[in-house]
Amino acid sequence: MAVGHPLDPYLRTDRLPTMWCPGCGLGVVLGTLLRAIDRRIREGRLRRENVAFVGGIGCSARMTLYPLFDSAHVIHGRAIPFALGVKIVKPKMKMIVVGGDGDIAAIGGNHILHALRRNADLLVVMANNMIYGMTGGQLAPTTPRGLYTTTTPYGNPEREINMVRLAAALGANYVARGSTTHPQLLEQLFYKALAKRGLAFVEVLSTCPEIFGRHIDFRSPVDLYLELRKRIVVKAKPSVEESDYNWEKGFVIGEFVDKDEPGYIEVYLDYLSKALEKQPS
Amino acid sequence: MRYEYVTGNIAVAEASMTAGLKFYAGYPITPSSDIFEYLARELPKRGGHVVQFEDEIASINAAIGASWTCAKSMTATSGPGFSLMLEALSLAVITETPLVVVYVMRTGPSTGVPTRSGQYDVLQATYGFHGGLVIPVLAPSTPQEAYDLTIRAFNVSEELRTPAILLSDAVVAHTYGKVAIRERGEVEVVDRAKPSVPPESYRPYDPLDGIAPPMACFGEGYNVLVESLTHDEKGYYAPRTDAQRRLMWRLYRKVVESAERLFDYSAAYLDDCEFALVSYGPTALSARVAAKLLREEGYRACLVKLRTLFPLYEKGVRELLRGVGKVFVVENNVGLYFRELRGVLRDKEVISVPLIDLDVPPPQEIAGVVKEWL
Ligand SMILES: Cc1ncc(C[n+]2csc(CCOP(=O)(O)OP(=O)(O)O)c2C)c(N)n1
Ligand code: SF4
Repeated sequence: MAVGHPLDPYLRTDRLPTMWCPGCGLGVVLGTLLRAIDRRIREGRLRRENVAFVGGIGCSARMTLYPLFDSAHVIHGRAIPFALGVKIVKPKMKMIVVGGDGDIAAIGGNHILHALRRNADLLVVMANNMIYGMTGGQLAPTTPRGLYTTTTPYGNPEREINMVRLAAALGANYVARGSTTHPQLLEQLFYKALAKRGLAFVEVLSTCPEIFGRHIDFRSPVDLYLELRKRIVVKAKPSVEESDYNWEKGFVIGEFVDKDEPGYIEVYLDYLSKALEKQPS
Repeated sequence: MRYEYVTGNIAVAEASMTAGLKFYAGYPITPSSDIFEYLARELPKRGGHVVQFEDEIASINAAIGASWTCAKSMTATSGPGFSLMLEALSLAVITETPLVVVYVMRTGPSTGVPTRSGQYDVLQATYGFHGGLVIPVLAPSTPQEAYDLTIRAFNVSEELRTPAILLSDAVVAHTYGKVAIRERGEVEVVDRAKPSVPPESYRPYDPLDGIAPPMACFGEGYNVLVESLTHDEKGYYAPRTDAQRRLMWRLYRKVVESAERLFDYSAAYLDDCEFALVSYGPTALSARVAAKLLREEGYRACLVKLRTLFPLYEKGVRELLRGVGKVFVVENNVGLYFRELRGVLRDKEVISVPLIDLDVPPPQEIAGVVKEWL
């Protein structure tokens, strides 16, 4: 008999192996996320049938293909409104949105903006490989300045987006940055994020050896992994001011915001109860 | 049942609640906003949800998400917003998500004359999204029809698991009329089929022996898969010609083969008709008067008003117009639905009467153009 993996009960094992390239960081993102979910389920804090994954389009969004939960693999950039539509009707659902930096921060920019503003009760996991992986290496809003991409062949002239700062500025309850180079910490961030009300935003720096690695001349997954790890600074409770997004100076990872303000669903249900009590104001 | 004197838009809102609407997401746009505003006041009292999203893209995607909780969902918009919704409409088609989109047409292109009317988007309503399939499009010409067809749009959307379009326009939207408003129980309401098998043996895209697959929803323990990629019956990505063929033809047939059941029209003076005016929406009301004017002048004109624009029951249309010589297609655009009918009535002379008017083309003008061809 084949020896099973401890996470098999949470996976559509008949779909494995995944479509990801050898050495891709996304497996670490999914693995740590499932471990964190498993811990919450064992604790009785989560019910399995209430957990759902929603992803847009991209290598990262394809994380929705493998977990054995309710899942939706929708269209590029639109996972957040889909997830919120589910959540409003079924508030008991724990909606987990997974996507790449293009999916969440570029084409889905308007939706993350308003989800953050609402403090919408979603866990948003943005896997940031600093490039468009699925479509073959074009510019992402997270691509380090100066870097070659297929659509900026003379070096990216643009400033990068710092999603941690954005999420904090717009009032998300939980804002963290992790890295696939530090899986234990990443699992802990997910574990924490899963218990939050309101919006929990976790940016995960992830390695894309196939495309990003090729662009920066670290073709071997191990070399790219080591290169990223070199640039990671772990801090226990970093401030948002320390969240600077800068390939040259490195990235601080950790928990930047941890608040407990009412999430959108509570506020919304309160609003709904007014409709039942009285005439519109 | 009660009678009320309401606009087409309010009729749509009332009908949607009778049909079982549970989730409305929208972004304001004239001439559709009063559907949104009316529901914002009324639907929460009946246990439903009404939320304004950041744009039409979010609205329709949220409505699709909500539909996957098995809540009946709807959004309403006009041309500029519908254009933004098209990508998600395609998602609703491939994922077989029941959803009603109320398309209240206004004068275009682009911002056009936002408060006035037109029928410029009749083809976009079903051909606008990518993927080359057909979705039902129902077109009312009065507030009562807006009411009745909204309920039908929900029913067909639930039964076939497809998005369905109620194609209204600025005239119907804001015309008052006496409308029979029914309660649940006084009108047929269809709900999507649910799986009768346990989660282990459930295949989310297998229609079994029905017309559309039974639908398990989020939070029911079925490990539902909503998949925008070409998928097999399990919902797994299947980048193969055989899977693509199976999926495409099933999605196509379930709608097109429902054409006969969905066929809905009314006719006047058909008995001794020599030439027919075919129209839809409020233009059909004007065309009916034009037919009457022509008859008063001794011409044997008749009027056929189509309420189901897509899928078009081709055989039905051919039979209906069998004894007729010429067919005039009267519409408030450059002559669009004309192309559909010309394709169906190949053995007849089909003439386009495209009359652009910010409201409804007047009967005298319609009659005048028709006479030039006689
Ligand atoms: C509306 C739309 N535009 C463009 C695309 C093509 N597309 C697919 S994935 C992608 C970007 C992927 O980048 P990212 O979200 O960062 O994910 P990654 O693949 O890097 O994980 C693009 C542009 C699409 N599918 N839909
Ligand atoms: S292209 Fe990059 S992100 Fe996509 S699977 Fe390959 S390594 Fe991973």
